[in-house]
Amino acid sequence: MVLVLVEHDGPEVDELSLQAITLARELATGEPVSALLVGVGGREAAAPLAAHGVGTAHIAEDERLTEYAPGAWATSVLELVDRLEPSAVVAAGTNRGNEVLGHVAARMDQPFAANCVQVAGEGPLEVTRIRWGGSLLEEARLHGDPALLSVAPHAVAALAADGADAPAIEAFTPTLDDADLLVQVAEHVSTETSGVSLAEAKVIVSGGRGVGSAEGFGILEELAGLLGGAVGCSRVVTSSGWRPHTDQVGQTGTKVSPDLYIACGISGATQHIAGCKGAKKILAINSDAEAPIMASADYAVIGDLTEIVPAVTAELRKAGGP
Amino acid sequence: MRILVCVKRVPLTGGRMVLTDDERALETRHLGFTISPHEECGVEQAVRLVEQHGGDVTVLTLGPAEAEEQIRDSLAIGGDRGIVLVTDGEEWDPQATTGAILDAIEAERANGGAHDLIVFGNESADSGNYQVGIRVARALGLPVVTGLKGLSIKDGFARCEQEVPGGRDVYRVPLPAVVSVLEGINLPRYPSVPAKLRARQKPVETSTPERPEARLEMVRLRVPPGQGKQAEILGNGPGAAPAVVDVMRELGVA
Repeated sequence: MVLVLVEHDGPEVDELSLQAITLARELATGEPVSALLVGVGGREAAAPLAAHGVGTAHIAEDERLTEYAPGAWATSVLELVDRLEPSAVVAAGTNRGNEVLGHVAARMDQPFAANCVQVAGEGPLEVTRIRWGGSLLEEARLHGDPALLSVAPHAVAALAADGADAPAIEAFTPTLDDADLLVQVAEHVSTETSGVSLAEAKVIVSGGRGVGSAEGFGILEELAGLLGGAVGCSRVVTSSGWRPHTDQVGQTGTKVSPDLYIACGISGATQHIAGCKGAKKILAINSDAEAPIMASADYAVIGDLTEIVPAVTAELRKAGGP
Repeated sequence: MRILVCVKRVPLTGGRMVLTDDERALETRHLGFTISPHEECGVEQAVRLVEQHGGDVTVLTLGPAEAEEQIRDSLAIGGDRGIVLVTDGEEWDPQATTGAILDAIEAERANGGAHDLIVFGNESADSGNYQVGIRVARALGLPVVTGLKGLSIKDGFARCEQEVPGGRDVYRVPLPAVVSVLEGINLPRYPSVPAKLRARQKPVETSTPERPEARLEMVRLRVPPGQGKQAEILGNGPGAAPAVVDVMRELGVA
């Protein structure tokens, strides 16, 4: 049996958890796949999991599980591991998925492979996992029992499977102690945001070292504004203090997936490409026709971005706007 | 307060990933090295906390002897002393890394130097295992909060903030505690030349732990497909603007 930790926001299952279930099915090779849902909305969220091949959904219920607490989530996993003896425990490679499995691994003193894209074999499991935010792959042997692994986001497409109309629901109340709840979300602070967020933008006009200064971003903002898009930047820009870190696209910034990503004066370090390779198309505007970005871009314009970007803006306006 | 920050030496990868012939490492002959980005912010955050509350910052790394360079960089932005756990240059898996760090922490404690706060990066830039801080916390019986974009200390408690869609989640945990931070929690300072010179004089201890057998055993590395596209050149200079707008219309974004 393979156990999957399924994340959900109330009754809504997180898409990345469905991807994790798909990989778990591969790993189970015909053995049952069970799910664990923790906290409010677990029962409602469990219903559609049957269509993804989940036979039994275990629901951890306790009023103290209303707010996320990694230790309590891990205790819920560990109780099921003790009782059900799964061959593997799988989670989505999200902040919480990796955190909870990190706790489980620490408490069991077992190895944990984060952000896998492929699994094969058995005892030891052969996993392929991402490094450098996806710029490199690692093939590794996971010498653990149970095998603990998370699935890299968007590495596997969530596929439906034959299953019953609804999974069997088994609710339980994990035995929580104070230490499990010592680290728990105590407060939510809302932040006001204006404009289009990087994560949701259809077009991103992004700048790198070639933009030259904080003021240099004016022409990028103008173009982004005209297209209803967002402005992004590379790591060197945030390190230089030209833009806030919230604008950074990259391995240590935001990972984006717009329809068009316009990389202005960005050389194309792997750190940056790890954040923008999810774009449908990449247009590079760069004075260096040999820059590494050319190997990741679909289109390129060679030349001075301070002339090209305003010319594109003017052309859009001339043509009656977007 | 006494703060320990754990950092990792990683190569500055540039534009392409090139592997060594045995496919077990990146070819780094032509590359520089740096502190993994999240951890660099961890050092800066620790230094700021000590500037505010008093105390000292010890910076620890596990890596080849050359990793002393990253320790000196950390001391140049305000760390007080360093510890290098010198490896044979081989990969250490997360459990092996945890064991070596725990032994070093134990030695610090035996010398009367228990830490109020132990800071990690959320994940290293290279191997990205997302777990060493959690394992260390578990072994020490300390609370751990990961992925922080905000961290302040008041009355023996750490206020820890994570960025989530639409805002921030806040945790309050009693010290001593373990935290892991993300780049963007602060903007690390550039060290001044005098600070770099002073860093050379600061104490750095080394020891050579034994590497246990890996339980997450790296077999080989592989460059994923997709590198090496060839961009279609739309033109040179501002004269290419109409072609750019055509592409935008084709993609339905203009």
